[in-house]
Amino acid sequence: MWATPARLRARGIIGMNRRNIRYIGRYNDRRLFPLVDDKLKTKLLASEYGITTPALIGTVTTQFGVKQLGGVLAGHSGFVIKPAKGSGGKGILVIERLDQGQFVKPSGARLTLGDVQRHVSNILSGLYSLGGSPDVALIEALINFDESFAAYTYEGVPDIRVIVFKGYPVMAMMRLSTAASDGKANLHQGAVGVGIDIASGAAVRGVQFDRPRHDHPDTGHELASLRISDWATLLRLAAGCFEMTGLGYLGTDMVLDRDHGPMLLELNARPGLAIQMANGEGLRARLDLIERQPDGVAAAARVAFAQRHFARNSELPSTA
Amino acid sequence: MSRLPFYLIVAFLMVAGIALSLHRHVQFEVPWTPGEQRQVWEVEAQVTFTADGGPVKVNMALPSNQQGYRLLTEHTASPGYGLAFLEEDGGRRAEWTTREARGEQQLYYSVQALKAPAARDARIATPPLRHDIVWESPYDTSARQVIERAWAHSADPFTFARELIRDFSVARQDENARLLLTQFERTPLLVRLLNQAGVPAREVSGLLLDHGRRRQSLTPWIQVFDDRAWRLFDPRSGTQGRPDNLLLWESAGQAVLDVEGGRNSRVSFSMLARNQPAAAAVRSQLADDTLLNFSIHSLPLEDQALFQTILLIPIGALVVVLLRVLVGIKTSGTFMPVLIALAFIQTTLATGLIGFLLVVAVGLVIRNYLSYLNLLLVARVTAVIITVIAIISVFSVLAYRFGLNAGLTITFFPMIILSWTIERMSILWEEEGPKQVLIQGGGSLITAVLAYLAMNNPWVRHITFNFLGVQLMLMALILLLGNYTGYRLLELRRFKPVTED
Repeated sequence: MWATPARLRARGIIGMNRRNIRYIGRYNDRRLFPLVDDKLKTKLLASEYGITTPALIGTVTTQFGVKQLGGVLAGHSGFVIKPAKGSGGKGILVIERLDQGQFVKPSGARLTLGDVQRHVSNILSGLYSLGGSPDVALIEALINFDESFAAYTYEGVPDIRVIVFKGYPVMAMMRLSTAASDGKANLHQGAVGVGIDIASGAAVRGVQFDRPRHDHPDTGHELASLRISDWATLLRLAAGCFEMTGLGYLGTDMVLDRDHGPMLLELNARPGLAIQMANGEGLRARLDLIERQPDGVAAAARVAFAQRHFARNSELPSTA
Repeated sequence: MSRLPFYLIVAFLMVAGIALSLHRHVQFEVPWTPGEQRQVWEVEAQVTFTADGGPVKVNMALPSNQQGYRLLTEHTASPGYGLAFLEEDGGRRAEWTTREARGEQQLYYSVQALKAPAARDARIATPPLRHDIVWESPYDTSARQVIERAWAHSADPFTFARELIRDFSVARQDENARLLLTQFERTPLLVRLLNQAGVPAREVSGLLLDHGRRRQSLTPWIQVFDDRAWRLFDPRSGTQGRPDNLLLWESAGQAVLDVEGGRNSRVSFSMLARNQPAAAAVRSQLADDTLLNFSIHSLPLEDQALFQTILLIPIGALVVVLLRVLVGIKTSGTFMPVLIALAFIQTTLATGLIGFLLVVAVGLVIRNYLSYLNLLLVARVTAVIITVIAIISVFSVLAYRFGLNAGLTITFFPMIILSWTIERMSILWEEEGPKQVLIQGGGSLITAVLAYLAMNNPWVRHITFNFLGVQLMLMALILLLGNYTGYRLLELRRFKPVTED
């Protein structure tokens, strides 16, 4: 039921207090937070630095604009509405397709234009934003996720979280939505977390509800064969976010698009600690190693360094 | 990045806090625990007289708050008599009346007086000089000579009074004094002489307190005035000043007991000392306006009561910090539990818990309906506030109708905070499901209950209210906690699976 602090320390597990004081407090300058807390700013900044993000269909900034929502959405069959300052995936509405003038969610639930307008209105009021401040709604093109992952996910888009410390990718996991998580990619809601080997992009371990897992609970597909294509590109993209934001301890959320390859979905200046569970390993040793590295190393060299030092063998039973 | 300045600040706060508290303890004798004892005197006056058979009116002087003593409660026992408390000529009096009484009569009056070194006399106006003094020969010459002699040996009214009284003491009596004493009683004579010399003075009566004594009587004292000040003199020895164990019973210069329709009247006193907790006594200590004695007790009573609550808030906040940083409990709204705990102090725990759950549960149901109305956020939360007020009103009225007066205290809940809690929980329910609502709601309630238990502890209340230095120590402690990088208790469970293989 309980582990002793000594055992957690031996495993290099980092707790919330240490993360907040030692890493976020020390490496993330407060005045840089708005860059990642506001998804619109992140998006604009990313395009400046040549980092691909999902296409922006439009933004809604005023309650008056909510009335024109129908016009903005016309011609788009699938889209995602998200609050610019939302956190933890709150307030994200995914519409997969249009059917007889109604909007269909991945779960099959149908919404009218009025429902969508209400959602946007709530976003503008600040219902989902940090501290309840007034917000802006972003409308983005739907991601056509790579078919090779279809067997690993239920309803939602699987995303890849990479922790980038001082520009070095230190740990990665893939989050697979499940029926239990209601198509969402939050681990505490029941999504499957899959630890990803930094060297190869292959799965090393799977957990759901903090318990080891070898297959996807809904599709039944084993996880051992999961391997992310174009992994080096994705890592370089993630590593580049350090130069882009200046934040030393950063969570980058990436997706693999069928047509555009790896894309940056959003950044997080306070990334959670569940990634340690998915990898079955604490962050401490890796972060300590990176802290000893000099500043000013190029992104490609940082990725190479990380791939050399953080290689892991899969713990998943191979069925092939 | 050096942490030295941080630890210096923490150390400074700690040392300053401890020093301030020690200063208050040593210098002002504020006890560390609320249980320490203070002395309370229980004095009983027994009036006895023989009634003539007709209407009877008994008028007796009563003590008031005075230097060294504060009156707490008073009781009378006088079957068959009507009783009224009168305030006349600067003195309190009790008046017993009855239409018909015969034979031996006994009336009782008892009072509790707290020994309070800080208690002060009420302001007493200087009585007018008596100009109606007429002496018969040969006393007029003696009186004049006595006054002249004392006047020559003194500098001001007080030293004059002392010299005069001494001249009548057995050791220094001359023939003038002896002559006057053959005709007059000592105390009225001295008052008469003082007045004749132009020094306002009067005779007052006091009781010398001595534990366990019975059948005591009042002793006469002479009150001498000079401008606005007055001093007490012992007419037997001429000693100036009042003994610590003297309780002034009658200080307006009137008769102590006045009986109409009866004979052989006398009043006798019995007294008993006992101890009571000091907390009540400390509260009334007056503070001098020095910086070191910076104390809440120098404020008016009403504001003191307010501060007693305000000074408890850091304790509640400390509980929240402990639970979040060391334990890792999730709460809905960081310091909402402290406000709920403050409400619990007013409502008592059981009533508060039931009230809180009722209001939040009903609020959630109504909020659920509001979410269909598609309202702007601020308008919706305002609607929830009005709903919460309505719920509280309905519960108060219902509780009152069912005779549950405890239900009325529900109005102490912070309504706007409750509304935000309902709003947040409702959103949490929609997004994360009822389980998270239970976790966060439960976490908030546990935190609130623990904060309540800490804040309602009599010792904690005593310490925070009487030792402001404790606030500095709390500050130092919280700064240290803000520096803690170790694991939280619940993380030991959360990360357990990682350590398993």
